[in-house]
Amino acid sequence: MTATPTRPARKLSMKARYSALTRDLDWEPSYVSSAEMFPYTSFEGIKIHDWSKWEDPFRLTVDAYYKYQAEKDKRLYAVLDGFAQSQGHLSLSQASYLNAMKIFLGGVTPLEYQAHRNFAFLSRHFNGPGPRFAALCQSQDEIRHAQTEIHTLSNYNKYYSGMHSFLKQHDRVWYMSVPKSYFDDALSAGPFEFLIAIGFSFEYLLTNLLFVPFMSGASFNGDLPTMTFGFSAQSDESRHMTLGLEAIKFLLEQDEDNVPIVQEWVDKWFWRGYRVAAIVAQMLDYMLPKPVMSWKEAFELYFEKQMLEGLFPDLEYYGIKPPRHVQQAIDEKEALSHFVYWVFYNFSFAANFTTSIPSTEHQAWLAENYPDTFVEYFQKPRWDKAQRIVDNGGRFFFMGLPQLCQVCQIPMTFPEPGDLNTICQRTSDYNGEHFNLCSDGCKWIFDREPEKYVQAWLPVHQIYQGNCGGPTVPDVLAWYGMQEGDGGEIAGSRDEVNWAAWHGTPAAKEA
Amino acid sequence: MNDPATRMVSVDLQENEENRAVIEAIEADNPDVSVRHMPGVVKIEAPGRLVIKRESVEERLGRDWETHEFQMAIITLAGNITEWDDDEIVLAWNARR
Repeated sequence: MTATPTRPARKLSMKARYSALTRDLDWEPSYVSSAEMFPYTSFEGIKIHDWSKWEDPFRLTVDAYYKYQAEKDKRLYAVLDGFAQSQGHLSLSQASYLNAMKIFLGGVTPLEYQAHRNFAFLSRHFNGPGPRFAALCQSQDEIRHAQTEIHTLSNYNKYYSGMHSFLKQHDRVWYMSVPKSYFDDALSAGPFEFLIAIGFSFEYLLTNLLFVPFMSGASFNGDLPTMTFGFSAQSDESRHMTLGLEAIKFLLEQDEDNVPIVQEWVDKWFWRGYRVAAIVAQMLDYMLPKPVMSWKEAFELYFEKQMLEGLFPDLEYYGIKPPRHVQQAIDEKEALSHFVYWVFYNFSFAANFTTSIPSTEHQAWLAENYPDTFVEYFQKPRWDKAQRIVDNGGRFFFMGLPQLCQVCQIPMTFPEPGDLNTICQRTSDYNGEHFNLCSDGCKWIFDREPEKYVQAWLPVHQIYQGNCGGPTVPDVLAWYGMQEGDGGEIAGSRDEVNWAAWHGTPAAKEA
Repeated sequence: MNDPATRMVSVDLQENEENRAVIEAIEADNPDVSVRHMPGVVKIEAPGRLVIKRESVEERLGRDWETHEFQMAIITLAGNITEWDDDEIVLAWNARR
């Protein structure tokens, strides 16, 4: 028996490989009807005539996908190991930097896992093999993100407070209900709305605001592992962005009747996502001891320039207009982060992170980046007053419970359009009950689907209803799973005292 | 502002040693680019169109490079991927099919 030498087969081109490994694996059902096999893709009113028109610009095949994902993980875990082994946590800019990561771990990581679940669902339930395969890859990406974020931050959890019960706290803690309810809203929508909500509005329009300046901030503040997982995750995000953009174009090209449906989803999900991004705004402006880029600048660069000036002129061809209420977001860019951090400063006694009055240098940076608003509306009436209380030996915390917005679940803090001194409040009545909304954007969303939002799990209402451990602050904090040292003021906090001891410097006096 | 030939497309890449060849190749192949350095990130912008060519990257890297590897470098992008094949990746606006 002699082996016949064979020439290695000529490598297929990317296009041919993609076609062979995704499209060619599809088949027409014969035992059941197409409608029985794909029961979820008709009830939303979206009309698809030809699923083969879906394009994947990445032309990703399963072999290439796993090859590069494995490489990304190898690089990340090498960094995590080296960082842990070298006591890298001691080289952070400040212990208080990790406050941002405590919010990230409880607020964002569980969303990655939920995204994994729903994209897995889409990878089964879309009729076409192109979007099914793209959804499968994204589903794998999202569970990788959840896992790598947990692994990355677990090293800090050995040394710092506030990260020990992030999953439980995601379901219970007042401010975590903002990102949680946002994602629950998307998960409980149909498959096409989810694709526009998460694939397009979040991944394409807003994800850059979360990841890019923030990971750059991690780099600048000595947080090598977070920078590495962030950029590792973000390399997948560029694929997700492409999927999101492909999704919206595909829906718009398939049938003109899809256009008004998609427009309303863009309007709704832009505003929902933008409100969640308010938490990121305060992270960028207040929580990084060495800030890299203001929220305002990030918003201008990654949203106004790239999306409004870049993307939306393209979508105009299909009849899609920029999101309703986008002007309100633009108007708020000068003030958004300041309002939100002030809320956090008031309520961090009930959170898994600590806050403090920004340092003199930090306030100078804020004044420089927000010349029209910071000094007049935030420094003088708020921080100077808080400082006077501290100087007299106190620390201001707001011990009451705030009114929450029925849609975004953020305490009522945002300003009336054009008037930074007045809190905006809107109301709607439905079935004889009265509901409060923080803005025209959230009111529009509520009025469009009131049956959905009357069911919101509002943390403040739940406390009043007796569903959160009891009537007192210690009762509620125990139910939240908070431990001594998790929340409150930075000065004198457990993390700060430990940090000072590890660096051989005396701890700051307790406020 | 609505002219797709002048609207800016951009890619943000991780700033590290391996990507230096990619960044230099982009600068060589796209004469109108502007480059902005942020901690850990390089943002490369160009009016209308931006191309990444395999040959240019390989020349600078001194080894084979497949265009799929660009996934290791990229953080985010603005624009449509209008082409991604074995030889080049093209980003542009106005990519109606």
